[in-house]
Amino acid sequence: MNTTKTTHNRRSFLKTSLLSGGGMMLSVSWLSSFKSADKRQVLNLPEQWAMLNGYIQITADNVVKLLCPNPEFGQNVMTALPMIVAEELDVDWKNVVVEMGPHDNTKLGPQFTGGSNSIRMYWKPLREAGAAARHLLRQAAAQTWNVPVEEVATKAGVLSHANGKSANYGEMADKAATLEVPKDLKLKAPKDFAIVRKSKKNVEGQKIITGKPLFGLDYRVDGMLIAMIQHPPAFGMKLKSFDASQTLKMPGIKEVFSLKLYEDGFEQGGFDTRTFNDLLVVVGKTTWEVMNARKKLLAQWEPVGDTKDTMSGRGGKREVVVPGGLESTSTQLEKMQELSQKPAQQLRKDGDPETAFQHAAQVIERTYNAPFLAHNCMEPMNFFAHVTDEKAVLAGPLQAPGWIEPTLSKILNLPADKIEIQMTRMGGGFGRRAYGHYLTEAALISKKAKAPVKLIYTREDDMTYGIYRPMYTATYRAALDANKNLIAFHVKGGGIPEHAIHANRFPAGAVENYLAEGWQIPSNITIGAFRAPRSNFNAAAEQSFLDEVAEVMGKDPIAFRLELLKRAKENPVGKNNEYDPDRYAGVLTLVRDKSGWNKPGNEKYNRGVAAYFCHNSYAAHVVDIVTRDGQPYVERVFSAMDCGIVINPDAATNMVQGAVVDGIGNAFYGALTHKNGAAEQSNFHNYRLIRHNEAPKSIDVHFVENDLDPTGLGEPPFPPVFGAVANALYKNKGKRFYNQPFQNEMDKRM
Amino acid sequence: MATYNLKINGKIRQVNVDPSTPLLWVLRDHLDLPGTKYGCGVAQCGACTVHLDGTAVRSCQLPASAIGKQAVTTIEGLSAKGDHPVQKAWLEHDVAQCGYCQAGQMMSAASLLKTNPKPTDEEIDAYMSGNICRCGTYLRIKEAIKSTAKK
Repeated sequence: MNTTKTTHNRRSFLKTSLLSGGGMMLSVSWLSSFKSADKRQVLNLPEQWAMLNGYIQITADNVVKLLCPNPEFGQNVMTALPMIVAEELDVDWKNVVVEMGPHDNTKLGPQFTGGSNSIRMYWKPLREAGAAARHLLRQAAAQTWNVPVEEVATKAGVLSHANGKSANYGEMADKAATLEVPKDLKLKAPKDFAIVRKSKKNVEGQKIITGKPLFGLDYRVDGMLIAMIQHPPAFGMKLKSFDASQTLKMPGIKEVFSLKLYEDGFEQGGFDTRTFNDLLVVVGKTTWEVMNARKKLLAQWEPVGDTKDTMSGRGGKREVVVPGGLESTSTQLEKMQELSQKPAQQLRKDGDPETAFQHAAQVIERTYNAPFLAHNCMEPMNFFAHVTDEKAVLAGPLQAPGWIEPTLSKILNLPADKIEIQMTRMGGGFGRRAYGHYLTEAALISKKAKAPVKLIYTREDDMTYGIYRPMYTATYRAALDANKNLIAFHVKGGGIPEHAIHANRFPAGAVENYLAEGWQIPSNITIGAFRAPRSNFNAAAEQSFLDEVAEVMGKDPIAFRLELLKRAKENPVGKNNEYDPDRYAGVLTLVRDKSGWNKPGNEKYNRGVAAYFCHNSYAAHVVDIVTRDGQPYVERVFSAMDCGIVINPDAATNMVQGAVVDGIGNAFYGALTHKNGAAEQSNFHNYRLIRHNEAPKSIDVHFVENDLDPTGLGEPPFPPVFGAVANALYKNKGKRFYNQPFQNEMDKRM
Repeated sequence: MATYNLKINGKIRQVNVDPSTPLLWVLRDHLDLPGTKYGCGVAQCGACTVHLDGTAVRSCQLPASAIGKQAVTTIEGLSAKGDHPVQKAWLEHDVAQCGYCQAGQMMSAASLLKTNPKPTDEEIDAYMSGNICRCGTYLRIKEAIKSTAKK
């Protein structure tokens, strides 16, 4: 994928190290460059690049190539990350060529897309990389022209001196590559930004609109075979035996075999989650042939029973029992109801909530529920693998190649440097592609088939073979005194197989007496990160509850939240409050003002508001619902975000709008249910996704303007959409919506 | 297996496939035209939309045996240089996020505009609702279509 010949492949001159608390540190010396002999050899070859460092390559004819370190799944990092480098490098954006980098954590950093971390973790290193390269170029010009480096200016890729000399970067790249980087680098002041904060179009836009093969599913090599997995019909089942005789008679079919993904006792990392361990695999020539032949398999399945998984990771090696049994949504709901009445683990306690509730004049108690959700990336899971005894080449959609490489290395018995993982563009991710089991599966299938293989999940496989958003519940209680003051707040959350509670988030810190508790029920249904994990439920439940509490108190919902935030700022309760009350209040006041909250002219809308803090950023939405043909539709949305400096405003707006649409869709329709272990939804005919006619007519996005270092944006706008929709629906329907998906509650008796 | 001479993007392409093979997989697996995407296989998502004699159809539901002499246009053949008005509008509005569904969206939009050059919002919704975008770029798609209609 990234075949430019550079010295990059032969030598490592970047020095990176991991910070103890997570994240990456690049010392400035990582840029100390290559030796002149090698450099000359490089530059004698016209096709090759003079690399200034891992991210920046400048040709002698002045083409600036910037590598994107992180996988792209639609959050537009391939544009935004190079913009950061280009800003400090001071080049003309029009002359910049962007390429997805190779997977190389030593040279390119952590390289994972997830947790809304891309911009946050690369902001500083990429600025330093750009600034260091610019400095080297200035130094090269200074030496060439025999002037002090301080007197060499740059503008849009051109070096100049007051004496009239000038050169473009390409002319100096040769010399610059031989120089040492100074210890101190001066970064631009935000007021001087010329690229960052100015909207740039998606660097892959032209390829996307012309249908170029960008995605994993598009990847192919000569002689490549297609593989599909027949998984058990239900969670809690495994393969007993199979008869492939009919399948093998089908045209194009090469072989059918079963294999084990992990051997007993294999130490799984946190992202080695796998849905089924015994794989029944069909390998053939073309997709259609394999799809059809798979239907002819005669397989016998049997219950798995309780199984033990061995986990490694932060807590050290440990055994986890995965319960057997065929689970159904109805019985899961009953179990959750039962557990919610039992004592739970205390997560945080401030003051004396028990006494406060005893003495309360009024207690409001409400319970919220949300189902499993399937990620439903438009590009189903797939991966290419070509594994031989000597090496493994893999290509496909994956959020974090560095998290799966150690697993591959162990399972394939190959050292990491013999494993090449190419990062294709992803047709969506939403957390699903942080779990690389499908890549390990592809690798094992290729090894067994002794051929290059593309493993493809059909939509049905993708939906029923999932790593779902967990099933959650939470009961909230608020205690009011005789004057309707909020004196205590209690949340008790549970879920399958985890609860969603973030105990140190708002309104923790704003209420004198506070209690957060959690409980969980183990399950064999596999779960994982789904856009803003846990937050996506909390914001729905908590923000809906606060709306109801404000109503009982006779307060405006925004004013009520602002009062709580004022308390959290001036006289915070407890310790470890995660949010900044000022920034939280900032998005609320911005959305209040922009939406004309409580202002005349909005009477035709049923309005709901919600705000949330997660992934280091702040989001607030006002959702306006109207009734059309007897059905409530979200017609307009106003959004306010605080994610610090916005790198690429138009693309950021696009992502917030997308998160709003995604939130509305999942709030109204999203649900994956089970009966006897089997998913009851398998494709888009019975798993409803939001469509054109259900999207709002307008989503007005506003960013708080400040010069704070940028934080995440992929996830933070998503969670509060659910709460704002619930609160607007209340105004529209006259009843509260406690259970997602809301569409299921729509036609019940009021 | 049967041999078909299919008219695809203005050229006759010969394929030897099972008659039941959907056009989607003929394009992707046999003709190296991967711009047409697989999303659901059951005509629910629109990612596989192509034109059959100028009209949008779901290629996942169209067996090779049913194509006959009808002309197939895929995203690769929508324009010679990627400058169909719809493609230009998509760039202008920077519509795509992940981009996976966008070929199907554009093929639907181009078909809509051919028969209805100035569609209303409701007509756009009605025509485009068979095309799912999981990233939620619906507003920009609509703006892009409307901007094309204005020209």
